[in-house]
Amino acid sequence: MIKVMSANGAISEAVKMCKPKVIPVFPITPQTTISEYLAKFVADGVLDAEYIRVESEHSAISAAVGASGAGVRTFTATSSQGLALMHEILFVAAGMRTPIVLGNANRALSAPLSIWNDQQDSISERDTGWMQFFAENAQEALDFVIQAYKISEDHQVLLPSMVCVDGYILTHTVEPVDIPRQEDVDEFLPPYEPISYLDPKNPMSLGTFTDPDYYMEARYDMQTAMDGAKDVIRRVNKEFEEVFGRKHGLVESYKTEDAEIILVAMGSICGTIKTVVDYLREKGEKVGLLRVISFRPFPQEDIYQAVKGARRIAVLDKNISLGIGGVLFNEIKAKMDVNASGFILGLGGREISPDHIIEIIEKTRNPTETNKINWIGLKEEE
Amino acid sequence: MEIPEKELLAPGHRACAGCGATIGVRLALKMLGENTVAVSATGCLEVITTPYPETSWKIPWIHVAFENAGAVASGVERALKAQGKDDVTVVAFAGDGGTADIGLQSLSGAMERGHNLIYICYDNEAYMNTGVQRSGATPYGASTTTTPHGEESFGENKPKKNIPMIMAAHGVPYVATASISYPEDFMMKVQKAKEVEGPAYIHLHQPCTTGWGYDSSKTIELGRLAVETGSWLLYEIVEGEFKITYRPLERKPVNVYLEAQKRFKHLADAEKEKIQNYVDEICAELKI
Amino acid sequence: MTSVGAVVRDPGSSIKNKTGSWRTFKPTLDKEKCIDCGNCILFCPEGCITKDYDIDYDYCKGCGICAEECPVKAIKMERE
Repeated sequence: MIKVMSANGAISEAVKMCKPKVIPVFPITPQTTISEYLAKFVADGVLDAEYIRVESEHSAISAAVGASGAGVRTFTATSSQGLALMHEILFVAAGMRTPIVLGNANRALSAPLSIWNDQQDSISERDTGWMQFFAENAQEALDFVIQAYKISEDHQVLLPSMVCVDGYILTHTVEPVDIPRQEDVDEFLPPYEPISYLDPKNPMSLGTFTDPDYYMEARYDMQTAMDGAKDVIRRVNKEFEEVFGRKHGLVESYKTEDAEIILVAMGSICGTIKTVVDYLREKGEKVGLLRVISFRPFPQEDIYQAVKGARRIAVLDKNISLGIGGVLFNEIKAKMDVNASGFILGLGGREISPDHIIEIIEKTRNPTETNKINWIGLKEEE
Repeated sequence: MEIPEKELLAPGHRACAGCGATIGVRLALKMLGENTVAVSATGCLEVITTPYPETSWKIPWIHVAFENAGAVASGVERALKAQGKDDVTVVAFAGDGGTADIGLQSLSGAMERGHNLIYICYDNEAYMNTGVQRSGATPYGASTTTTPHGEESFGENKPKKNIPMIMAAHGVPYVATASISYPEDFMMKVQKAKEVEGPAYIHLHQPCTTGWGYDSSKTIELGRLAVETGSWLLYEIVEGEFKITYRPLERKPVNVYLEAQKRFKHLADAEKEKIQNYVDEICAELKI
Repeated sequence: MTSVGAVVRDPGSSIKNKTGSWRTFKPTLDKEKCIDCGNCILFCPEGCITKDYDIDYDYCKGCGICAEECPVKAIKMERE
């Protein structure tokens, strides 16, 4: 059934159909409507879940770990400062192998305070052991939540997932979304079967204290699980396509086959880039887009296969690791031998127009200095 | 009172000889029974009882972090409820640091939301796990590694934060103070906390041989002296109704409690007198 | 190897760690003198005194609380 809704609405619809048993949420702009929609679903009796009105995001994720530890499917959602407040427990959630799914409305981090979009918040959590999937539109936000549960709960993975949607651009604009049938979701997503949980009939201790003899192996296991998750994601993508007819992947290649210049980006900006690619293709220019969907696990093989034929690539970052530059750019540079230029844009909600994308392509075609951090849309001093 | 024989905290744990926390947990678990899930905040208790690949816990147990036992217990309680396991008791154990300081927000949230859980603060009056740094529950005059006594200092210069009363202000159905040295009083309170519908808070005073500086054999004696001198009060607040549960026959001078511990050894008479006056004032009000 | 999530599935397994080796002073209980008050059982931080007043020396750390709290001095602490 097609309904017109925002990405926050789509995430909430997906959560409803995945039937988590415990939902601890703290509202924060621009995630807020997720917390409201889910509260309403529970109030209306269409979602049979315990909704915990926690007093902070730190408690939201803490309660989620407790609930997941007690053996049930859980969901939480946040944004920006809230995700940063969760930071400590994000590590714990991953380390305790709790397959929580979290909706993140990507928003800039303070200071200066900003409520508008960039992707600094989730990118800054890249080392926590969470998978991160970046949606381009509301439909993907819905699809990714449903897939995220299946991927996270796979016993070969058992790592939590973040479904990332660009704040306002996706969270507060509406578009048509195909809502799946509940019976199809039920068929696709089996009930959660934890491998360890709090049960007086079979007592286990969760979250124990390891000395130097044991810690490293636990981290090694998580890296192995993260690596293995790529195959699980591919498999789940395929199963999803069979049931729902929509095809997703670790990356999306858009007109890259013969492209001389390929742009690499994540999230909603890819919609703008596709329009520019189509426009330039009509003029005979061989440009393409490689969209990274799964930021963690990092699909370096898929990225390399897609971009290796290009003469040059441009990596677009809505984040900056101060002191080195865009994170996606630097990770790509670290993992593969490509001629890449890095661009920082859209921080704190700064407008990104098709002209900016064309500017990026021009600068990539004739780079002056490849290691330079290129700022797009920056107001230069007069 | 019938005291269940079964031990639900196994020996072999890494607590100091004479540890008061493990006595408290043992006694609490006896009353709570096997159909219980325990949540621990980071602290001595968590570290000494779960050195991977071992655990001292014979009931299901979870630890997440230092400051969030209230929130974790909230999640556990709701998840059990969602699975229809309403008969399982949820108990959270946290030290005074995890309760009075870093965990107060999370605890406040859990109490205010009305979860059906028991929160037991084992209060040894400083951060013992990291080597005796002061907490909000450190009493006036105590020397700790972050409130050391010296030429310009007599140690901690603020009285103990009154957490049980802060909990009572949340309007929860059951709040009590207890001491490991009065096991029947404590265990009766655990039993009541278990039976009550909604959140219950027990603040358990628990001497610490390492942090307070006394011989390991004196743990119970010190707890007793705290109560017999009026330095620690035993009461409960049931549905808002305050009741003293133990009155010393004759209140001893605070000095006998202070002088038995290294952390107060440095105190000048003037400071000791201040402490005595403070205790007298509270006890007069409560007719102890 | 470390289990997934470092979960321990063996409840009470700390009994593998015999803390009796920490002991300097050893309590001995004179059952003739004992009046069966239960104090030592309740107050033992290790929970290693049985209902029949047998002390499990595999775990007794020798803290001396039992001797201190015995109302009839039936427990003596002796250097090992």
